[in-house]
Amino acid sequence: MSTAEPDPPLGYGSMRRKEDTRFIRGQGSFIDDIKLGGMLHGAVLRSPYAHARIQSIDVSAAQAHPRVRAVITGETLATRDLAWMPTLAGDTQAVLATDKVRFQGQEVAFVVADDRYAARDALELIDVEYEPLPTVMDARQALDPDAPVVRDDLGASNHIFDWESGDAARTDEIFAAADVTIAEDLLYPRVHPAPLETCGAIADFDPISGKLTVWSTSQAPHPHRLLYSMVAGVPEHKIRVISPDIGGGFGNKVPLYPGYLCAIVGSMITGRPVKWIEDRSENLMSTSFARDYHMHGEIAATRDGKILAVRVRVLADHGAFNGAAQPTKFPAGFFGVFTGSYDLQAAHCQVTGVYTNKAPGGVAYSCSFRITEAVYLVERMVDMLAFELDADAAELRMQNLLRPDQFPYTCATGWVYDSGDYTSTLQLALDKADYTGLRQEQAAGRERGELMGIGISFFTEAVGAGPRKHMDIMGLGMADGVELRVNPGGTAVLRIAVQTQGQGHETTFAQIVAEELGIPPDRIEVVHGDTDQTPFGLGTYGSRSTPVSGAATAVAARRIRDKARVVAAAMLEVATGDLEWEKGRWYVRGDPDQGRSIAEIALAAHSDLELPAGVEGQLDASCVYNPPNLTYPCGAYVCVVDVDPGTGKVEVRRFVAVDDCGVRINPMIVEGQIHGGLADGIGMALMEVIAYDTQGNCLGGSFMDYLLPTAVECPSWELGETVTPSPHHPIGAKGVGESATVGSPPAVVNAVIDALRPFGVRHADMPLTPAQVWRATQGRPLRTDLAQS
Amino acid sequence: MQVPSHVEYEKAKSVEHALELLTRFGPEARVLAGGHSLIPMMKLRLAQPETLIDINGISGLSRITVADGELRIGALVRHGQLLASAVAAGHFPVLRDAEQVIADPIVRNWGTIGGSLCQADPSEDLSAAFGALRAIAVIQGRDGSRRVPVREFHLGPYETVVAPAELLTELRVPIAGDGSGSAYEKVSRRVGDWSIAAAGAVLTLSSDGTVTEAGIGLAAVGAGHFVSTAAEDFLRGQPATDAVFGQAGQVAAEHCQPAADQRGPVDYKRHLTGELTTRALRRAAIRVRARAGGQTV
Repeated sequence: MSTAEPDPPLGYGSMRRKEDTRFIRGQGSFIDDIKLGGMLHGAVLRSPYAHARIQSIDVSAAQAHPRVRAVITGETLATRDLAWMPTLAGDTQAVLATDKVRFQGQEVAFVVADDRYAARDALELIDVEYEPLPTVMDARQALDPDAPVVRDDLGASNHIFDWESGDAARTDEIFAAADVTIAEDLLYPRVHPAPLETCGAIADFDPISGKLTVWSTSQAPHPHRLLYSMVAGVPEHKIRVISPDIGGGFGNKVPLYPGYLCAIVGSMITGRPVKWIEDRSENLMSTSFARDYHMHGEIAATRDGKILAVRVRVLADHGAFNGAAQPTKFPAGFFGVFTGSYDLQAAHCQVTGVYTNKAPGGVAYSCSFRITEAVYLVERMVDMLAFELDADAAELRMQNLLRPDQFPYTCATGWVYDSGDYTSTLQLALDKADYTGLRQEQAAGRERGELMGIGISFFTEAVGAGPRKHMDIMGLGMADGVELRVNPGGTAVLRIAVQTQGQGHETTFAQIVAEELGIPPDRIEVVHGDTDQTPFGLGTYGSRSTPVSGAATAVAARRIRDKARVVAAAMLEVATGDLEWEKGRWYVRGDPDQGRSIAEIALAAHSDLELPAGVEGQLDASCVYNPPNLTYPCGAYVCVVDVDPGTGKVEVRRFVAVDDCGVRINPMIVEGQIHGGLADGIGMALMEVIAYDTQGNCLGGSFMDYLLPTAVECPSWELGETVTPSPHHPIGAKGVGESATVGSPPAVVNAVIDALRPFGVRHADMPLTPAQVWRATQGRPLRTDLAQS
Repeated sequence: MQVPSHVEYEKAKSVEHALELLTRFGPEARVLAGGHSLIPMMKLRLAQPETLIDINGISGLSRITVADGELRIGALVRHGQLLASAVAAGHFPVLRDAEQVIADPIVRNWGTIGGSLCQADPSEDLSAAFGALRAIAVIQGRDGSRRVPVREFHLGPYETVVAPAELLTELRVPIAGDGSGSAYEKVSRRVGDWSIAAAGAVLTLSSDGTVTEAGIGLAAVGAGHFVSTAAEDFLRGQPATDAVFGQAGQVAAEHCQPAADQRGPVDYKRHLTGELTTRALRRAAIRVRARAGGQTV
């Protein structure tokens, strides 16, 4: 039996993803699928030590290997002034180490060979003499006076920055006078986005034309082109960055990695294309991690549960180089939104960034620039307040959530929340979960010694960076361009600056055009991921594609609609003011039969039709969209867990997620993104962590050690929605790609801690492995980021 | 991308051929069965054998049979095959319990019983299960075969009594009478992960409910030969009650030597060993009683 696929919507609505036609046939073209004539293969030699001085590097045996074409070291790069590169956070990072290595897995040498087997064999022929140095692996000891200095190239301390937000004095006053204050140390441990496709690049430098083409796993092709130009000295117009199909990014593929540059140098030296593909351990050990936030959170409230203020001090572990990828003026990302979804009188945070002998990064894994950490902090603190007041976690939130009439709402740290109906969103989630029934079941179970837990989180995100006035990366304002052209035959080509890594841009963006112009989505080609073929823009991360490039697309389509009106008026020999629009056609007001479809107008616009003076022919438009504000999606999540009292094993029984991301363009894609993010949340809450031992060995360097959740750990998700359009977005949409990753970890943790209520447990850090849960019941929770003993 | 170093490949056509190849290529040759441990170790270059001797084409090593009062499991039997075997589960539910929680279906479809034992990973579930069952390993050399109790099979982590020119061909488990039952309990951080701790229990009860023989297998907690003889000694002659099983769990916990790792600290692993031993014993006892009553549990 076959079921006929319904026609795709002429605009918004669920439809199958256009790109899946190739993916489900195995016909995607990922970086490692691309093969060029004469292509060589590169491999990176990495440091076994977390901190060591390099005494000498002997590459002679590797160079003598019959299939090796080049061996590149930091010394080779230094002759080209390439040994160090700028990071997106304004720091510098070693491409290949020259003086010393600063984390385990750091890049030391690069071999270019005829094939990847020979390249890998040759790594074993390189002889590096190291002098091991004492390490600093615990951020909490990084600022001790006797701590080893990671960046002696910069100064005599591991201190990177201090940053604060909010009104310290006012917050302190409120805390001093409050009935109830609670303080707790919370660790959001280091985790890794672990995209299933690791990072890689193919560099092809043509010495005749001077043109450099780089295929790479890039979430941000245009900024990467500028960085390559700065680092490699090739002018921008001679660089083409192509980001082919990408097997997941999650922020891992925003930064520039040494391997990309080594491939470029390898191609320049050998005159042939060089491919470099990272292996799984390299990806986990050396590329952009996420979190590693050591937080001291405090919450102040009245005895009857009115939340007054939140205060937090953060020690941010940035690893050996400050490679966080975020808007430059925000060294702690958007952590300032730790004010959450509540009507606070004051809030203050103070963040100190430090260097340690760990891999660089910090902003990744769908974190919305650190809102993950912010939401976790505030949602745990609210639950702790409920614990101390013996209040119901849902009622306490209802009591304190912002009300619809308070929007737009300027929070205590200055962010302007655009819209929301928080109490309705939470109520819907509670109703879907049968919250009252669950609490009754829990009470009955406790009588029998069962440990059932119910956890709630309510999150507000700030996504869609961002207004150019406030937000830039390395001086590049965070506005995105699009170019839309309707062909004479009525089909269209949309060129966008954002790059899909699985989000479904080829479908969603076509639907935006379809909604505005009435051209069916399957007649609209979306071009992305190629700097020679797309307008400039900052790329896909931080849930910014729909808020920024989606807005640009709608605006460009509306410009085309306006132009089409002029053309239609000329065709019908009426004034433009006499025309009315219905989806896909302009017609004469009062005479609906007299009209011209967008396809007819497109043909006419390319024809000999005489147009009014000043109106150029053809039917195209562009837009550079500078968002007036971020968009603020929100959601209410309810998680139900069962904990085995004898083993500490947690089972997630149910997960209810009600998201409000404004207008949904393709609800099926939105739900798919939410499913993925919820699984992320279960992973982070229960199993994912990159810990290090005191010598600096990475204890999460493979998928045997770094656990990703599987379908077995995930319940059947129960989704719901409320729709509060953003007033600051042309189609009322808000970003959603990271909502569930941001919102779900605290729901899971709150549920587990709730289950442990009979043991008097108020907090334990993620991941809540069986060991951690059991230790929490013993009153001795673990430091989960260190080696266990 | 992870790629192994250079390796030669030979395909064995029979046990004799495999032994001949093993003799010819010497100690730097490795037997390739399911390859689910060996190949990843080669890709990580933790293992760099000079020659792989592929035994997957050998017929006669993939059978599960009953003969001479023994359950006989060929070394090339796949995990999935043992999991699905009604004969094996009928006699020794501990095997099905253990197989249900070993790795994932993809690994179980190709990973072999013999390979699991020969890999001798300290966390290997089947080593604990067969240890609890007091199984016998049949090891073939060019001069004939020998029978080695599984409790003497392992010399240490990743080390067994199988010599370089020998091949493990079969596991044999003496079939016990009606008064026996068995079970396996395991906790891991996530499906497919190695055990944090796991315990297998094999009980033989007299008609009055006294433990006449017990086998306690432990994985991942540093128990010598994957068994807890202390807990077994404690149980013999005791009444099969929950209280006694709780005490036996305590004995097992005290006598194992877990090492801390990211799966958990020592105190938790010890606690878990006790808890799981107790649970496995309870379930094994329930199965003994159910069997006496003509049921399967």
